[in-house]
Order: sequence, then C-alpha cells, then structure tokens
Amino acid sequence: MNQPQDHAEVPRKFSRREAMLGLFSLAALASVSQGCSTKSKALRAYFHKHFKELPPDELKEVLAIWEERYQRAYGKPVAVHATPPLAGAKFGYALDLSRCIGCRRCVYGCVEENNPSRDPQVHWITVLEMDKDKGIDLHHSTPYYNPATVPQPDKFYFPVACQQCEHPPCVKVCPVKATWKEPDGIVVIDYDWCVGCRCCLTACPYGARHFNWKQPGLPAGDVNPETEYLGNRPRVKGVVEKCTFCVQRVRQGRYPKCVEVCPVGARKFGNLLDPRSEIRYILQNKRIFILKEELNTEPKFFFYFGL
Amino acid sequence: MTIAKGDKNVHVRPKGQPVSPALVSGALLLLGIGLALADRLPAPVINNVDTTALIAVSPPPFSKGIFPCSECHKPEDKVNRTPRIVAEHETVVFEHDKKNRWCLDCHDTQDRDQLRLASGALLDFRESFKLCGQCHGTQLRDWTAGEHGKRTGSWSGQKQYLLCVNCHNPHSPRFKPLKPLPPPQRPEPSK
Repeated sequence: MNQPQDHAEVPRKFSRREAMLGLFSLAALASVSQGCSTKSKALRAYFHKHFKELPPDELKEVLAIWEERYQRAYGKPVAVHATPPLAGAKFGYALDLSRCIGCRRCVYGCVEENNPSRDPQVHWITVLEMDKDKGIDLHHSTPYYNPATVPQPDKFYFPVACQQCEHPPCVKVCPVKATWKEPDGIVVIDYDWCVGCRCCLTACPYGARHFNWKQPGLPAGDVNPETEYLGNRPRVKGVVEKCTFCVQRVRQGRYPKCVEVCPVGARKFGNLLDPRSEIRYILQNKRIFILKEELNTEPKFFFYFGL
Repeated sequence: MTIAKGDKNVHVRPKGQPVSPALVSGALLLLGIGLALADRLPAPVINNVDTTALIAVSPPPFSKGIFPCSECHKPEDKVNRTPRIVAEHETVVFEHDKKNRWCLDCHDTQDRDQLRLASGALLDFRESFKLCGQCHGTQLRDWTAGEHGKRTGSWSGQKQYLLCVNCHNPHSPRFKPLKPLPPPQRPEPSK
C-alpha cells in the first residue's frame, strides 16, 4: 500500500450528523447573503450534541439561542436554565386519595407553571372520577366529570400524571435517547432531540405523555418566564412533553406547583433519601400503593388512603 | 439534621460556571465536618436555607373586627355557663359535635383572648393546634410530621405550615365542597 506522501494521513470519517451540518450550512450560506452569522449560529444550535455530551460553553450557547427565540416569539425575556440535579436528592411524591376532592386546581396550576399549549389543550395532570362502589377501576373512570360542586358523595377522585418510574418504559423505547432518567429520579425530555415518533406515548402505561400535534398555542401573557431546558420551556410542534415534578422549581428547593395549589393538602412531595422528609414519613406510616405495580415500572409516585 | 451549622457555602452551582480552588477546599473541609457529624446521609442544602430553621406558621384567621374578644368580654363580667346558642355571634354556625360541646369548652371563661386546654392551661390562638390535638390526636401527629395539611415553602429548607383552623373552620370543621375547574376538552372526532 504505497501511498504518495501527501495522501498519507488517514481520510477523516464524517458522521452523518456532521455531513448534514456541512450540507445545511452550505445551503444556508448560499441562500442567505446577509445576516449569515445569526443563521449559522441557529443551525449550530439545531445540530448541537446530545444534551449529556454538551460541553458547558456549547450548552450556554444553546440556552442563549432559545432565550433569543422566546424573546422574539413572546416579546418578553424568558430565562432558560439548565440546573444540574442535586446530589443527595431523589424525589418522591405521594397523593392521599381520601383527601382529594377532584377540584382540578392542580391541573390548572400545572398549566400556569409549565407553559403547555392552551389551544390545542395539553394537560399534564388528568383527574379521574371513580365510583366508590367499584373501587379503583381505570376502565370505568372518566376525566370529563363536571358537577356543580365536588366531591360528589358516591365518587372519589384519582389524579394521574407522570409516575417518574425507576424503570421507565418510555425511556426504553425512545429510539433517539431524547428522554432519560436523571440522577434525582426525574424522567426528562430534550425537546431539541425528540423526533416525534410517539413510541413513548404508547409505551407509557399511565397515559402521562402528550404530543404536540399542532404548533402550541401559548399566548405571550400566559408564558411563565422562569424555565428549565429539560422542563417547562415552551415547546414546538411535533415533540412530546410530560410532567417533570416541576424540575424548574424542585431543583431550587421549592415544592411542585400542584403541591402548592392543592386546597386540601392531598399532595405530598419530598426527598426519598432524607429520613426526616414528609414523604418518608408517609412511606413508613401509611399503607401506600403504586399504580399498575405488576408492570414493574417502580413509580416514585405513591397513592394512599390517609383517613 | 445532619449538616453542620457552618455549611453556608454549599450551594447549587449553575453549569459552566468556574469554581475557585478556595471554594472547593472550603467546601471539602465543610463537607468533611458535615460527614463527621452526620450519622445519616446529608440532605441537600439549597439557596443557603438552614433546614433546622423553625417552622413559620401563618396567623389565625380571625373574622374581621372580632379580635381581641376582650373589647366586649371583660374579665369581671358575670358568665352564664349554661350551654346554649349565643345569638350575639350570629355569624358562627356551630357544627362541631354540637350535642356535647359549646363555646366555653375551648374559649376561656375569664380571658376571652385566649383558648383553654382541658387541663385548664391557657393557650394563645397561634397555638390552637394543641387544643385541636386534644381530641384529634392522630391528625395532630400527622400534621406535625407534615402529612396532614398543606406544606408550602421549601421541601429542603424552611417549611410553612398552616394551622388547623386555616383550612377547617373550628366551629364547623368539615371541608366545604368546591366548584371544580372546567373538565378537559374531548379530543376532536376523526373526520
């Protein structure tokens, strides 16, 4: 294999991603003669590395580009953070079904906090109404109940959102690794990485994942400007979203929004690793259960009847 | 609590921000002290909140213009101790074991600005949970642990309790029904 001296170095292999980046950059350069720098920056952001492999400076750039886009879209500053998970924290949630009255304050508190589309409507929390006669029976439950007042005497209410599984089936099926479980136990989605295949929607046994079939309708006035890259930043058409235990709040030491708005105190949140937390008290003193235990998803969302 | 008092330096660092060597060595030293004192896994400290801080309690929800009671009830007043419905307090609907209880089972006869425990000890309105706990012991136990009632504030730091009476009207404690917020829209039928 005698190669001439000037061809001696091993030809560099291009990954498909890099090849695409090159092609698109050329196309962008060709089509746009003015304002190249911003365009190529946007392209670089579009073709950035996987979130877990992003060096800090590139991550900063990606966050800045999203902040710029949101500023343009909503006409007000929207902060996009990427707060790392806290060491020594693993989050758990408990819900007292005997106290929940089905008022849906949590559903709309969540909407206010997490920037989901208002039209078409996306709710991360579904409150199911069930018959006391039948017990917990998902097949005969309804989310569409609407009496004048709640609770109705013969009914009980069962709120369901993401169960933050220890073995999340949604993560297992994602073909592009756009969703994963963080060290603090929260299952997150990188909306930049999601290709919208909706495998996770079908894999989730709890109906907790929601797809943006249309461009999310989010009025500028309703935007919560404190956002997290892997959490409540406004989404685009064609990506999946779900509850993150309010990652933007809990990593700052605050309670999730639904815990704060619940008028009956049925919702409990805390650090499973802290023996003094209220969540540990509940696990040790109440008869708890998890939803669809037989699937071995190991939710970190516990239900109980406290009264 | 397992974290040493001096642990104020332990805080969340935004990704990408450089850490000074002094801060690292300081944090390591403090961590060392913390671990030495700790008998269990240390809970995270966020935003420099001291997790050993006392619990803040919101004030009792007095009806407007009713407190202090001593504006009308003077200590030297003669008191009719017969259980009855008191017409002067027309806003009070009494539905709290009304067969067996009435005003003076909880309110002190002489000092109306205080409550009265079964032991005869007087109690500030801000500590009314002790009075409730005389009968509702399991609820008091769960409330103290943060299970009964709502907690706000910080899961890792200072937590705020509500008093029993912030949610339960002491004269009519059953939680009142609420109007539910609108149901979700049904998905569009396929065409």
